[in-house]
Amino acid sequence: MNFIVCIKQVPDTTEVRIDPETNTLVREGVPSIINPFDENAIEAALQLKEKHGGKVMVITMGPPQAEKALREAVAMGADEAILISDRAFAGSDTLATSYTLAQAIRRIGDYDLILCGKQAFDGDTAQVGPGLAEQLGIPQVTYAIEAEIEDKGLRVKRLLEDRFEVVETRLPALITCVKQMNEPRHAGLKGVMKARKAEIPTWTAEDIQADTARCGLDGSPTNVVRIFTPERGREGERLEGECSEVVHTLIQRLREAKVL
Amino acid sequence: MDFAFTEEQQEIFAAVREFCDDVLKPRAQEVDEAGEYPWDNVRQLGKLDLMGIPAPEEYGGMGLGFLEWAVIGELLSGACTTTGAIYGAHMLAEYPIMHFGTDEQKQKFLAPLATGEKIGAFGLTEPDAGSDAGNVQTRAERDGDEYILNGSKLFISNGGDAELYVIIANADPSRGMRGLTAFIVEKGTPGFDFGKDEQKMAFKSLSNRELIFTDCRVPAANILHKEKGGFRVTMQTLAVGRIGMAVGAVGLAQAAYDAAVAYAQTRVQFDQPISGFQAIQFKLADMATDIECSRLLTYQAAWRKDEGLDFEKQAAMAKVFASEACSRVCNEAVQIHGGYGYTKEYAVERYFREAKLFEIVEGTSEIQRLVIANRLLKEAKLR
Repeated sequence: MNFIVCIKQVPDTTEVRIDPETNTLVREGVPSIINPFDENAIEAALQLKEKHGGKVMVITMGPPQAEKALREAVAMGADEAILISDRAFAGSDTLATSYTLAQAIRRIGDYDLILCGKQAFDGDTAQVGPGLAEQLGIPQVTYAIEAEIEDKGLRVKRLLEDRFEVVETRLPALITCVKQMNEPRHAGLKGVMKARKAEIPTWTAEDIQADTARCGLDGSPTNVVRIFTPERGREGERLEGECSEVVHTLIQRLREAKVL
Repeated sequence: MDFAFTEEQQEIFAAVREFCDDVLKPRAQEVDEAGEYPWDNVRQLGKLDLMGIPAPEEYGGMGLGFLEWAVIGELLSGACTTTGAIYGAHMLAEYPIMHFGTDEQKQKFLAPLATGEKIGAFGLTEPDAGSDAGNVQTRAERDGDEYILNGSKLFISNGGDAELYVIIANADPSRGMRGLTAFIVEKGTPGFDFGKDEQKMAFKSLSNRELIFTDCRVPAANILHKEKGGFRVTMQTLAVGRIGMAVGAVGLAQAAYDAAVAYAQTRVQFDQPISGFQAIQFKLADMATDIECSRLLTYQAAWRKDEGLDFEKQAAMAKVFASEACSRVCNEAVQIHGGYGYTKEYAVERYFREAKLFEIVEGTSEIQRLVIANRLLKEAKLR
């Protein structure tokens, strides 16, 4: 079984800052980590490998420094890693990203299951995984909370808003993983040492025979007009006084607000 | 002289720190209150390759040095003192096997310790042999290819939970400490039982049990070093153990200091955070200086061990200074917290109780001073 995990390096902060001029993420001074949902995908791949044998390969499209995220994945236990990096990929939206990843996976060739996090911590689109499956023309199962390989097929339990859904599909396929799927392991020291020595090749647009018109800004039909953190408009109100009066007022307010 | 860690060391420590922050620290209070050996933490230490830091790679270890072992111990102790103490006590069995074991003994006993598959413990202390290590009463009598052990050990860290023990017994009482012999004894060996678990002032979840040997037969092949070579095994193991205790004290002191600084910066009295008062600032400055001295002494002792230099004096200095500094720091951490520091709501109350351990175990402060003075006087004579 060959497992490919697609990861993204993201800034380690829940308070992502945006450059108001360029509408892009401000990365300076913010430590980078593997997108947390992608860590769940790595863990899922490692567990499946432990059960069924095979190889876990991790790939990311990103700037040269994204290699650090790949090394972290190797430290966790991934067998191989490839950095997909080229100036031509800069400014990719989810369509261009999924196209680029698909080209890289075509070059890798042999795979049974692709695993992605359900979405990135920074962009929050949840589009690259499904987009990648479409590009490759393989089945996709999103929001996986459990994934089992049975008789060369795949059985996935999906975490939906109000229920679970169990689906089966053939392989190769792509799943996107939710946080509740597992507890990503910590890297052991042997993993850290292995990651230090790991050779991580960089594949450029040419290496993956990508049509540059479909990559980066050129290949991105999405035009981001503005990104901003919504301001908290409403103020809370504090009721003070005797308990019985306050409760009475509270109930009245809740009725007015049609909560009760 | 270079005080900087290499990039490799930094990466290793960063990985350990992440595990400490994510796993050990959040459950430290719970681990302490449970009163149960924290198996889950201990198993994870093995999984993350932390149980065999200085052991050679061919026996499943990391092939790193005692300096790395020390820094990692400090991080573990800072996050969860109990887990840090278990890590330290484990080395008291791992080290003598690593250092004195034959290849066969290392294959059989070092490998499972280095991978954390088995936990180790060291049995020296007895009811009447603490500081006076030569007065070990546990007897080892030869009978063919076996030795028969009789006697008991007290306060043994990891006792009862550990699977492998290095036991010091006397094979020739007429020769006193020159009769001491070190044996590797496996849990489950007939005649090897466990007595009461000591109820301590702190470290409730760290086992400190009595080991009881009643006609316990141990193969002669399990002797470490050589028959009547146990004194050397003991002294060397205790020297490494002193570094381990210093490390635990540094980690604990750092945790107490961190808690004190955070509290001082948020606790407001007289309209300002108490960190604005010189009385508090002086305390913090003294605490940080104490910790820095302890850390440098400890790292130096570990570094000397790695360099193959004599390190016994430095290990004793590190142990006595770091443990007493840790008590001072924890005392002041409680003081800075005021009344809240005296309650179980704040971890410093536990730190204060835990600190005392380090001044007693692995040789009391008084014994450390004797070791240091003996060395100093010998050195003076040689000059």
